[in-house]
Amino acid sequence: MSQKNAAIIADKLTKRYGDLLAVDCISFHVDEGEIFGFLGPNGSGKTSTIRMLVGLTQPSGGRASVLGCHLPGDIYLARRYVGVVPDISNLYDELSARENLLFMARLYGVPRSQQNSRVDRLLQDFGLYERKEDHFATFSRGMKRALTIAAALVHEPRLLFLDEPTTGLDAAAARSLRSLISGLREKGLTVFLTTHYLAEADMLCDRIAILVRGRIVSIDTPEGLKRLVQEQSLIEFSFRGDVSGRIGALQSFLGELQASLLDSSRIRIYGGDPPRIFDAVFQFSRESGIGVESASTIRPSLEDAFLQITGLSPQVMAADKGSGKGRGVGR
Amino acid sequence: MGKVMEKVRGKMMWQDQMRGIYHITIKDMKTYYLKPPAISWGMVFPLAWTLAFYLRNPGDFAELVPGLLAMTIIFSTTAAEAVVINFELRLGTLERLLLAPLSMTAVLLGKVLGGFLFGLMMTAIVAAGAVIYLGLKPDFVGLALTSLISLMVFSSMGALFSVAVREVFEAQTLLNLPRFLMVFLCGVVYPVSALPEGLQLLSRLLPLTYTVQGLKASFLSIDGTVFIWDLLILLLFLILFLLPANSLLQRRFS
Repeated sequence: MSQKNAAIIADKLTKRYGDLLAVDCISFHVDEGEIFGFLGPNGSGKTSTIRMLVGLTQPSGGRASVLGCHLPGDIYLARRYVGVVPDISNLYDELSARENLLFMARLYGVPRSQQNSRVDRLLQDFGLYERKEDHFATFSRGMKRALTIAAALVHEPRLLFLDEPTTGLDAAAARSLRSLISGLREKGLTVFLTTHYLAEADMLCDRIAILVRGRIVSIDTPEGLKRLVQEQSLIEFSFRGDVSGRIGALQSFLGELQASLLDSSRIRIYGGDPPRIFDAVFQFSRESGIGVESASTIRPSLEDAFLQITGLSPQVMAADKGSGKGRGVGR
Repeated sequence: MGKVMEKVRGKMMWQDQMRGIYHITIKDMKTYYLKPPAISWGMVFPLAWTLAFYLRNPGDFAELVPGLLAMTIIFSTTAAEAVVINFELRLGTLERLLLAPLSMTAVLLGKVLGGFLFGLMMTAIVAAGAVIYLGLKPDFVGLALTSLISLMVFSSMGALFSVAVREVFEAQTLLNLPRFLMVFLCGVVYPVSALPEGLQLLSRLLPLTYTVQGLKASFLSIDGTVFIWDLLILLLFLILFLLPANSLLQRRFS
């Protein structure tokens, strides 16, 4: 792997909290100018990795450098060029949008002559100019996220960490934020994005690392990850009744093939010979008395690749999405 | 060349820390201190307390001034300081400060200086009122030195309580114990010499005793040697509060 213009280099980075191994000896690099996705379910170590890379916590082992600054020694220097958007919108409720951004600009030493123009431009870029004098507390969740991202950009960082930027937002606000994030790439910014929204990672990222239980199990482009499952057949069956309690029985007909339960009446089967899959499923249907409503072959998505690579069930990811909350970068 | 770069880098980092401390202080003044709850605790409470004693014994009001100033110092600095760090830890806003090129110590100092500055304003108003209204002529250098060091000591004490507890209300509740203990034991209203021997000993372990002594020395022109000892002991208390506060804050993020 080329590390010539690496914005981040992690080498055997490890983090332990007591007996819990949160990050297990991970190595990766992020090139300058790319949007790098860090994908994994809750508790997989995404936030712990960011905490180490921004110097909020010390690694238990391994080494890392950010924009050429070695951690932890050069962390204050690195932070001058790094912006961080935690998974909570943590600006000051008592200050207006403008005051929040001005405070951040001053904290990072933005020259006085540039502070007002930079803050106003960001407010305009993020569609918040009309509300610039309103207190942060009065903003909607989407507006709070947008202002939190703007606050992380006020000192014009070269590298931006985005921790679950669209979690908890409605579809329109999430779409609008994704478009803003996509625009950052055009400005040459390197983005380190953690998310458990697979479609979001697919849409935004140049490369994705998949993290499970503190370990990176795969790093590739979204297309590369999808290719891993593309050659396999993927068939989805809908039943006329509840099959969730009989997945074990179905599995006995399928043998080594893996069936994933999508909901109580839908399953997805990866790989294998399609005629054999159909035989097995119809045999199960006859014996269980639960009729098959429909069957279709599916083009694998990043979600399918993710599920195959991690071995997780779709329910785990759905629960993650529903929870919509990690530990926070700082806690 | 390497050494020059190292020097430039060191200077930049030093400037970052100073700038951060300054802006955190100013922001905290605006966000927390110049608000009715902080002002009422910082000023109205000591004034009401003193008024109660004045009504009981109107003739000796000038003697109550050092105690009134000492109460203003302790209540104004700790009023909001005791909760702001804990409050920001819970909201995640403190973490945002730590993502800037600032050390944890600089963030803590910014917070402590917020309480210090607010306390200074309150103390200056009370001191000016006492000097103008009562025509007192204190030793201004002594008054300034005692007040400035004491303001730092009690702001640091508030910060220590703020980082030592998990819940915001715990800090204020816990802090009431030493605050009221000090008001009674440190010579604010009763002379320390009038206390039983055991309580006199206890009062020697409390920082407000040295604040009151310093302030009395400034207003009553008492021997300068005693006064210097008071300042030195107050500086020791400052270290005793600041170091554990810093260490507890570091531990929150370790």
